[in-house]
Amino acid sequence: MKQRRDPAPAPARWRAGWRRGRQLAGVVPFFAFIAVFLVIPTLVVAIGAFANDDGHPTLDNLSSLGDGYILDAFGRSLWLSALTAVLGAILGALLAYALVTARPDGLLRRLVTSACGVLAQFGGVTLAFAFIATIGLSGFVTLFMQNQLGINIYSGGVWLFDMPGLVLVYTYFQIPLMVIVFLPALDGIRPQWREATASLGGSTWQYWRRVAMPLLAPAFLGSTLLLFSNAFSAYATAAALVSQGSPIVPLQIRSALTSEIVLGNQNLGKAMALGMVVVVAVVMWLYALLQRRTSRWLA
Amino acid sequence: MAGLIARRARRQATFRWIVVVVLGIFFLLPLVAMLMFTIREPGGQYTFDTWRQFFDWPQLANTYPELWEGMKSSGGLVLLTVALMLVMLVPTVVWTRLRLPWLRRVVEYLCLLPLTIPAIVLVVGLAPVYAWVTYFLGGSALTLTFAYTVLVLPYAYRAIDAGLSGIDVRTLSEAARSLGASWGTVMWRVVLPNIRSAVLSAAFLTVALVLGEFTIASLLNRTNLQVAVNLLGKSSATMSVAVSLAALVLAFILLFALSFASRRRGQTTRGTS
Repeated sequence: MKQRRDPAPAPARWRAGWRRGRQLAGVVPFFAFIAVFLVIPTLVVAIGAFANDDGHPTLDNLSSLGDGYILDAFGRSLWLSALTAVLGAILGALLAYALVTARPDGLLRRLVTSACGVLAQFGGVTLAFAFIATIGLSGFVTLFMQNQLGINIYSGGVWLFDMPGLVLVYTYFQIPLMVIVFLPALDGIRPQWREATASLGGSTWQYWRRVAMPLLAPAFLGSTLLLFSNAFSAYATAAALVSQGSPIVPLQIRSALTSEIVLGNQNLGKAMALGMVVVVAVVMWLYALLQRRTSRWLA
Repeated sequence: MAGLIARRARRQATFRWIVVVVLGIFFLLPLVAMLMFTIREPGGQYTFDTWRQFFDWPQLANTYPELWEGMKSSGGLVLLTVALMLVMLVPTVVWTRLRLPWLRRVVEYLCLLPLTIPAIVLVVGLAPVYAWVTYFLGGSALTLTFAYTVLVLPYAYRAIDAGLSGIDVRTLSEAARSLGASWGTVMWRVVLPNIRSAVLSAAFLTVALVLGEFTIASLLNRTNLQVAVNLLGKSSATMSVAVSLAALVLAFILLFALSFASRRRGQTTRGTS
């Protein structure tokens, strides 16, 4: 009844509504796709983490996360990600700075950035194989050290297929990622700032300490966080390299997925997956905060 | 001042070469080791048999049927995923820019969401969804293209969004529409040619990501290149190392070519503005 008193006549309203509907129809395929292949899987994990095998709500899965072996896996995952993030960030920042001092469209910079793109994204099984060929038991470097220098790198046990090996291989793909994400920030540093420091009588050390480092700090920290979540999410390298046991969370999820019938607790994997999402989400939230600060100066 | 700058430039060049050489050795050593692994025989002589076998494709298909199947499905997945990514993303992003600006934040958020969901987590949730996919479309490895499109969404979205920011989509499309073009023509003949390099960069990133993907394929029990290579690593290590090295080099060549395409575009925009 009330609608009749609206100033717009009914046909015009219908036409407006029709147009609006038609405009929305343009994005329906995208949202349908996202709903099926992104939202539903996320909900499956989030809801499954709180359900038992019969679908009844329970907190048992979450409390199993407190079991010793799962806590250990989370601890090792966090430690591995933090260590390789810091190592990768420092070495990657050095390499990125070396590239910034080169000509921006020179061959060196192009070669290194493309190589970094491949090594950071491609990773996985290939890198595991590369390191087995390098420092595996009959690897290139292993044999060279043994035959030419008389050094047995495995005198203290074979460490490549365990945590120390993971640290080495993860650092190998963290450095290139750091170069990719940190390079834009370094490009944002203007030479004028250095000239201004110099003309005010500042030394190189003062320039770095008082101008460049405070400007780059948020970008550096943000990139380190990104590296952390990258290492924390990585699965393929570890799956191809680690032969025995499941030292880190992604491998624990694999064994929960592949042996769920034996365990009789098919939702434990979902609870671990939810734990991973929470960790990554917190890290990415901090990253977004730092990113906002970075863009103030180095956009 | 000039002397100071020259001295600094020299110091920077020294620093640059030290860092590049040291890290270059660290990065090249495993790749060289892979190459050596494929061409060295246990006795110590060198042979190119593995590579000869690798390039003889009919023979390869006979000797390693699993590997051949993996290569075929990865090739198919590359094409399908690039197509699906473009069909999903370009019209949606253009349309939200033009007609539904209030939806832009939502689309951006959804596209970047996969960054916070590790592939290993996605696969846990995808398992029941893929039970339905198998029911409707069969269990072919090519169905992985849906999951891969989700994986590349953040990277592809950033590339395409950056490309669209560089042109005035509204004016271009209004001009085309007022001259009587349909929306299809606007997309295909006006918008797409203008964001060519962004589309190219999104496509290349997709290719690299699909060629290297292992997690989802392996845990959904489908064979792609990396799964086959990993499996083959147990029986015929030389060939599997050769294949992964070849895939890595292919991805590098693609990205290196891309660096020229995008750089050229950057220069032209600087030149005109």
